Formats: sequence, C-alpha cells, structure tokens
Amino acid sequence: MKNKISACTDSLKNGMNVSTEWVLKRFPMSKMWNDHMAQYYAPKNFNFWYFFGSLALLILVNQIITGILLTMNYKPDSALAFDSVEYIMRDVNWGWLVRYMHSTGASAFFIVIYLHMFRGMIYGSYKKPRELVWIFGMLLFLCLMAEAFMGYLLPWGQMSYWGAQVIISLFSAIPVIGEDLSLWIRGDYVISDATLNRFFAFHVIAVPLALLILVVLHIIALHEVGSNNPDGVEIKESKDPWGHPVDGIPFHPYYSVKDLVGVGVFLFFFATIIFYMPEMGGYFLEHANFIPADPLKTPEHIAPLWYFTPFYAILRAIPDKFLGVIAMGGAIVVLFLLPWLDRCKVKSIRYRGGIFKKAFVLFIISFIILGYLGTQPATPGYTMLARVFTAIYFGFFLLLPIYTPFEKTKPVPKRVTHENSAEEGYSALVEAFDKMTIKQEPVKTSWGGTITPIKANPAGIKKVLIQLAKKLKESLD
Amino acid sequence: MANEVVDKSKRQFLTTALTAVGAVGTGYLAVPFISQMQPSARAMAAGAPIEIDISRIEPGQLIRVAWRGKPVWVLSRTPEVLEILEKDTVKLADPNSANSEQPENSSNGYRSIRPEIFIAVGLCTHLGCSPTFRPETAPNDLGDDWKGGFFCPCHGSGFDLAGRVFKSVPAPTNLVIPPYRYITDTQIIIGEESNKETTA
Repeated sequence: MKNKISACTDSLKNGMNVSTEWVLKRFPMSKMWNDHMAQYYAPKNFNFWYFFGSLALLILVNQIITGILLTMNYKPDSALAFDSVEYIMRDVNWGWLVRYMHSTGASAFFIVIYLHMFRGMIYGSYKKPRELVWIFGMLLFLCLMAEAFMGYLLPWGQMSYWGAQVIISLFSAIPVIGEDLSLWIRGDYVISDATLNRFFAFHVIAVPLALLILVVLHIIALHEVGSNNPDGVEIKESKDPWGHPVDGIPFHPYYSVKDLVGVGVFLFFFATIIFYMPEMGGYFLEHANFIPADPLKTPEHIAPLWYFTPFYAILRAIPDKFLGVIAMGGAIVVLFLLPWLDRCKVKSIRYRGGIFKKAFVLFIISFIILGYLGTQPATPGYTMLARVFTAIYFGFFLLLPIYTPFEKTKPVPKRVTHENSAEEGYSALVEAFDKMTIKQEPVKTSWGGTITPIKANPAGIKKVLIQLAKKLKESLD
Repeated sequence: MANEVVDKSKRQFLTTALTAVGAVGTGYLAVPFISQMQPSARAMAAGAPIEIDISRIEPGQLIRVAWRGKPVWVLSRTPEVLEILEKDTVKLADPNSANSEQPENSSNGYRSIRPEIFIAVGLCTHLGCSPTFRPETAPNDLGDDWKGGFFCPCHGSGFDLAGRVFKSVPAPTNLVIPPYRYITDTQIIIGEESNKETTA
C-alpha cells in the first residue's frame, strides 16, 4: 500500500517536472520571475513611503474585479442607469458591498497615488535615470483621472450630470476647435444618453486597458534602472563579488512579505470605510448624487470629488475662461516636467538645501489648501485665497530651474544609511513621555495591586516641545 | 545568387512606399472611427422646435422648458425690471450684446422680441451650469449692488435679467438667446426664427 502511494506521488512529481520543463522551454516564466521578483535587488532601506506602489496595484485589482461584477447589473442607459445602481444597492446579493468597494476604491486609489507621488518627490525618484518611470507614472495619473471622471457619470445622479457638463465644457474653451471638440466628446448637443453610453465604454474597457499597459511600462522602466531609496543613493554603484548590489535585497521574499503587512494595515482602514462610512460625509459619494440627473436644474453647490479639487480651485481662481483651463492643464503639465525643472544633482530631500525643503513644504501646504478651497463655494474671499495658493503652486515649479543649480546641498553618503525601525522609534517615544510626566508615590489599590499614578510635568512638556521645534527647524535647513 | 549586390536604394524606396501607403490607409480608416463619435442622425434630428403657452405666466415669474435637452427660461419682466435694465449698465461686460449670441430679432437692449417676455438658454456661458434665478434686490450673499438677475453657483458668474454678463466674472459672454417667434399673442415657438421683428 505504502509503496503504491509513494510510487503514485513519484510519478505525479515526475509528471509535474516534465510539464514544467515543457512550459519553461517554450515560455521564459522563471526568467521573468527572477528578473522582477526573486532576483530583482531593491535597496534595503525602504521605509513607510514605499508601501504605496504595491497598494496601488492591489486597488487596481480591486477596481477591476468589482467593476466587472458591477457591469453585470448596471445599465448604461440614461433612462435606466440611476435605477440600476439603486437596484444593485438594494436587490442584488451583496451588491451594496461590491458597489461600495468600487466607490471607496476610487478614492483610496487617489489617496495611495498622491502619497506615492509625494514619495517620488521627496526622495527625487523622478531624477536621472528614472525620468521615464516618472513620465509613465504621470500618464497613469492622467488615465486614472479620466477613469474616475468617466466612472462618476455612470450613476447618472445630479453631480454626475453637472460635473460632466462642466468638465466637458472645459474643452469648448479651446479657441477654434473647442466647440466641435466638446460636441465630439459628448456625441450630442448636451450630456445625454449618447454621452453616458460612450463614457461607459471608455470606463470599462478603453481606459482600463491603457492603465494596465502603462502599469507594465512603469514597472519595466523601474526594474531597468533600479529602485531609488530614501537616501537617493544608487545601490548599483557598490556591488559584491557576485555582482549584486551590497545594499540590495531580493524583492521576493523580503519586500513581497513587507508589502503583505502593508496590505493588511491598508485593508483594515479600507474595510472600516466600506462598512461604516462609505459616503465619507459626502467626500467619497456626494449627497447630490442621490438625486437623479435633471438637465434643467443645477444643484445649489457643485463640487468635484475631493481628488480633483486642487485642480478645480486653480480653474476657478483665474477670472478668464480659456486662461482658467490653461492654468488647470498647466498644473498637471508642470508635474510632467518636474525631472527637467529640478536641476539639483542630489536626489533625496535628506541632503538637499534648505531653500528646496521650505519651498516644498509651501507647495504641499498650497496643494492641500487648494484642495479644501475646491470643495467650498466660490466666494470673493475664497477666490482671492485660491489665487494666492495657485501662485505658490506654480511658483514652486517655475522657480526650481532658477535656484536648484546653486543649491547648498549636504554631502551624500556612498552607501545607504541605517533606517530606524519601529522599536527604535518607540523607545524614543517612551523617553519623551517620561520627560513630560512626573511619577507619583505608588498607591495600593483595593484589589491588592499597586499602580504608579503620573502627573503632567509642564516644564518637561515645554522642554520636549522646544526640542521638537528645534529639530523641525533644523530639518528644514 | 549569393554574390548579388543588394540594391539598398530599391529597398529604401519599397520601405518608404509601404510606410506611406500604410499611413494613408490608417488615415482613411480613422475617418469612420472618429466620425462615429459625432452626434448621430437621430441626435441631430432631435432638435425639433417646441411650442409654449405664455398666457398663464405671472409678472415676475420664470418657467423652465426643455429644448434640445437644454433648459430654456421664459421670464415675464415687470416694468420696474425693464427700467433697471435700461439704466443699470455700468457693471455689464457687454451691455449692447456685441460679442454675444442672439437672433436678429432680439438684438436690442432688452434682448427679446417683446420687452416684457424674456427667453434665454439657461446655461452659463462659462462651463454650462444652469444659473439660479435670483430676482430679489440686495440679498445677503450677493451684496448690496445686486438688483436681480441670474447667479451661477458653480463658478460665481452673474447676469442681469436680460442675461447680460457682469464684469470680471468667469463667463465670457451674455446668455445665449435661442431663435424663437410668436405664433399668436400667447403662443411662442422656440427653435424657429422669423426674420422680421414681429410684435404681434
């Protein structure tokens, strides 16, 4: 009996080997696995900011799977679309879950992508030799915006309708060809069934295909030049006798496992939003979109979804139709040009000059404030503010080529530096907590144990805060 | 055979010719592909004129009708409003509607055939939102200068009750006046224009 089983497993193993070999002789499966996973050497000092690339990939998969399920019950017809979404929400088994996973996934996608771009900007991952990685990434961002915009028309609510009306009208601001172009995009003189139908086609097949192709290009370009890291050091410049970078570790299993932890933490937040706050107070799903589209009446206050609001605020800040459109487009074009606007040779913000650090902080602040202003009605005061922060936004990019060649940078190490682990950060936290508190006499409790009550230490708190402020100031020099 | 000299210029010619023919073919194929996204014959035919009855509109009242899928406003203006329209032209960007779109028969100060009945396409000339009807004088949110008009909630453009745009707002031109004519005293047809300035 035992012999029979082992003979059986042996022949099975043999069969597996034969068929694996058969495939490998015809398709470079193991070569691809090694090139991109098992023998792709990534810098060993990746930190928190390096979770968001793989998370973006996870959300892309989520959007594709939930999207396919949604198309099975959704009707791209202006008379049926709104009701079919409600049908999915109420009558389709688990339809609400799939729909909320898709709508929350859209916002999560932008959160993750914005953080991913932020990472690229602070560590100079757009610089030589990674310009193309950045360009493919920006094209992905552009496709993602198109995908989100067209997807938002599909529920055919008031915000879907009037949001699309405004954005398509942007094209009509282009001189000469504008009117014909917006007519061609709509396929009708107004947003109508024709528009809904074609946006459905773009949203479910055309743009997702482009996204997938660009993801492949983005990763191939990255793996050709190698990953950047928080120190902005090229790890390929110091190799061991076997030709591997000394500061590199194979992506699999080291980073595939690390990213798995990131996935776990991400899913915790993702699930919380899906189950407890899928509308996110009107930021992920706008309230006015629960009213069917009415071509005769614009909602009192229309605002795009939160991820478009910085660019929308820039559009509104300019008191001229065509120039406003140019400024909004320009706000994205300057991002494309970043690798050539920034002339500083040092990549990581850790070793860059104070002027860049301060300018970058201003840029991030203006981006966030513009994002807030874009959600608010256009009052004269807010419009003025939006103009100021639009100027700072463009100022950051357009001043880069002027001061970056002469930036006073710090010496960049030859090898990557030590990255503090969570435990090391924790002990510093405990130390700071001890400084800010005074331990009292231990007290016996009624159940027989002892506890040491603590009291706030005002002088200690002040000291820690001053230290923190000093550190913050130093880090900006 | 093996020693035959390669005629490179011949190869170059064939490559270029093939590329050119291919490009032309692709160009021809692009025409139906691009054109199929244009409005279809049905969409073009849908722009039929509509008839509306204005006999029951109260003075100062605005009604909305749909024409070619767009909101069209029919507003009955009071004599006080007409007076304001005549006098209050300082803050208008284009008071004489020189750069704006309206049919011949409405190219006057009131931008209408009959002064009291105002008809306009209710879409902002900026980015196509439908402005809200704000006939009141000096409301809290619009300031003391507001003498009644249309306010676009999307990007803050303002128009007076003749659809004329105010200065320094995003909208570039006055509201569009559609072609229309009177069939009878109380019947209007929108989408058709008569050449002469009829008043009856």
